[in-house]
Amino acid sequence: MEIKDEVKSPGKISRTFITLYDVFQFMGRFFKEGFLPPYEGKELMKQCYDIGYRSLALISLTGFITGIVFTKQSRPSLAEFGATSWLPSLVGIALLRTLAPLLTSLIAAGKVGSSIGAELGSMRVTEQIDAMEVSATNPFKFLVTTRVLASTITIPILTFYTAMVGMLGALLNVSLSEGTSAKAFFQSSLESITFLDITASTIKAVIFGFTIGMVGCYQGYNSSKGTEGVGKAANSAVVIGMFLIFIEEVVSVQFFGLFRT
Amino acid sequence: MEERKPLSEQEKVIEINGLYKSFGNYHVLRGVDLELYKRENLVVLGKSGTGKSVLIKIVVGLLTPDRGEVKVLNQHVDQITYKELLALRLKVGFSFQNSALYDSMTVRENLIFPLVRNQRKLTKSEITSAVEEMLDAVGLLHTINQMPSELSGGQRKRIGIARTLILRPEIMLYDEPTAGLDPITCLEINNLINEVQERFHTSSIIITHDLTCAKAVGNRVAMLLDGKFERQGTFEDVFNTSDDRVKPFYDYNFIQ
Repeated sequence: MEIKDEVKSPGKISRTFITLYDVFQFMGRFFKEGFLPPYEGKELMKQCYDIGYRSLALISLTGFITGIVFTKQSRPSLAEFGATSWLPSLVGIALLRTLAPLLTSLIAAGKVGSSIGAELGSMRVTEQIDAMEVSATNPFKFLVTTRVLASTITIPILTFYTAMVGMLGALLNVSLSEGTSAKAFFQSSLESITFLDITASTIKAVIFGFTIGMVGCYQGYNSSKGTEGVGKAANSAVVIGMFLIFIEEVVSVQFFGLFRT
Repeated sequence: MEERKPLSEQEKVIEINGLYKSFGNYHVLRGVDLELYKRENLVVLGKSGTGKSVLIKIVVGLLTPDRGEVKVLNQHVDQITYKELLALRLKVGFSFQNSALYDSMTVRENLIFPLVRNQRKLTKSEITSAVEEMLDAVGLLHTINQMPSELSGGQRKRIGIARTLILRPEIMLYDEPTAGLDPITCLEINNLINEVQERFHTSSIIITHDLTCAKAVGNRVAMLLDGKFERQGTFEDVFNTSDDRVKPFYDYNFIQ
C-alpha cells in the first residue's frame, strides 16, 4: 500500500515558468544535437518529402484561390483612382510579403503541426520513444531534430510555391478582366518586388517553419495521459503554433518595416 | 511443471540498495534492495501498481530514483553521463509489456533500427543475416516483411524480444512478458525466455504477476510487498508462508 503525503503542487505562474524553462531546454537540445554527428540524413529527406507532399494539394488550392479573390476584391478600390494597372504589382507584393508566408504557415501548422504532435504523442504513450532510448538510440535526434529541420527547410520552399500559384490565380483573373498578357503581368509584378521583400519573406518562412516543427515536436514528445494526451498534443500543436505564427508575423512586419523607411 | 533451481551465487550484474521512488504523493518504492547474479533468471512478483515496472525502468535509466544506489555492470546508473548511459544500454535489453514495436516500420526495419545505429560498420549482408538469425531464433522469420499491426499479441512480444536481442545484451529485463496472452502462447513465451538464457547467456529480471510464468522461468523469485522486497528465494521459499499479503496471490493463481 502506498503512503500518501501532502505535496504542494506549483501554482499557475510557477507552472508557466517551468514550462518556459522546459521549452528553452528543448530548443537548446535541438541546437546542440541537430548539428552534431551522427546525422539522420535519410529520415530528414523522408520528413521533407512528407511535409511538402502532405501540404501540397491544400496549399495549391488555397494559394490559387487567394490570388483570384485578392485580385478581384482589390480591383474596385484601384479602379476608383484609375489605377487597375497597378494590380499585378499590388498582388505580387501582398503575396510575397505577407499572404504566402502566412497562409502557407497556417496551413502547415494545421496539417503538419498536428500530424507531428499526434505521431510523436502516440509514440510516447505506446512506449516507442522509450524503446528507442533503451536500445541505445537517441530518439531526440531521430524524431525531433529531423522533423524540426524538415519543416524549417520545407516551409520556405512551400511559401515561394504558394506565392507562385497565387500569382497564377491573379493572372487568370487579370487576363479575363483586363486582357493583360502573362508577360506584361509578370513584368509588372516582378518589377515592384525588391530584394528586401524576398529576404524578409524567406526569413519569416524559416522562423514559421521552425516554430511549427518545434511546437509539434515539443507537444508530442512530452505528451502523457494516454490517448487523451495524444489528442491534446495534436490540438496544442495547432493552437500554440498558429498563435506564435501571428505574434511572429506582427513582430517581423515591425522589424522589416524599419528597413523600408 | 518443474520448478527451476537457483544458481549458485556468482558475480553480481545488478545491485540495488535502499532505492526510493515516489510519484507526487505516492511512495511506490520504499527502500528496495536487490541483486541479480550472472546468468540467473530473477522473477519479480507483485500486485499491479506496486512499482515492479518502475524498478526496471530505473535500472535502465528511463526513470531516476529519488534516493538509493543502482549499480548495473558495476556502473552507477544515476551518476553516469548520457553517453555512458547509451553505452550501458547496449548491454541491457528491455522487453516492453506492450512490445513497443515501431508501428510505422516493418518487422525487418524494427530489427535493423537499433542495429545500424549502434554498429555503423556492418555491411548490408551482415545486417540481413543478423536480422534473419534473430527472427529465426524467435521462430518468426516468415513475418520479416509484415507490419506490427498484422501480428498477433504473442508474435509482437517475440519480435520485441528479437529486437532487443539483436544488440546481444548481457542483461534482459522483461516487463510482463505473458500479460494478455492465452495459456499456450504464455508457455511459448516462457520457453523462449529460458532459451534466451541458455543460448545467449543472459541474466534476466522478469516482471510478472503470472505465477505459472514465475515457476517456469525463475531461478529465484522476489516478491514486492509495500514498496520493499520482503520475501526472496526459491518459488517454494516465497510461497511457503501464511502471510496474508502473499497467500491470496498463490491461491488465486493455482486454486481458483
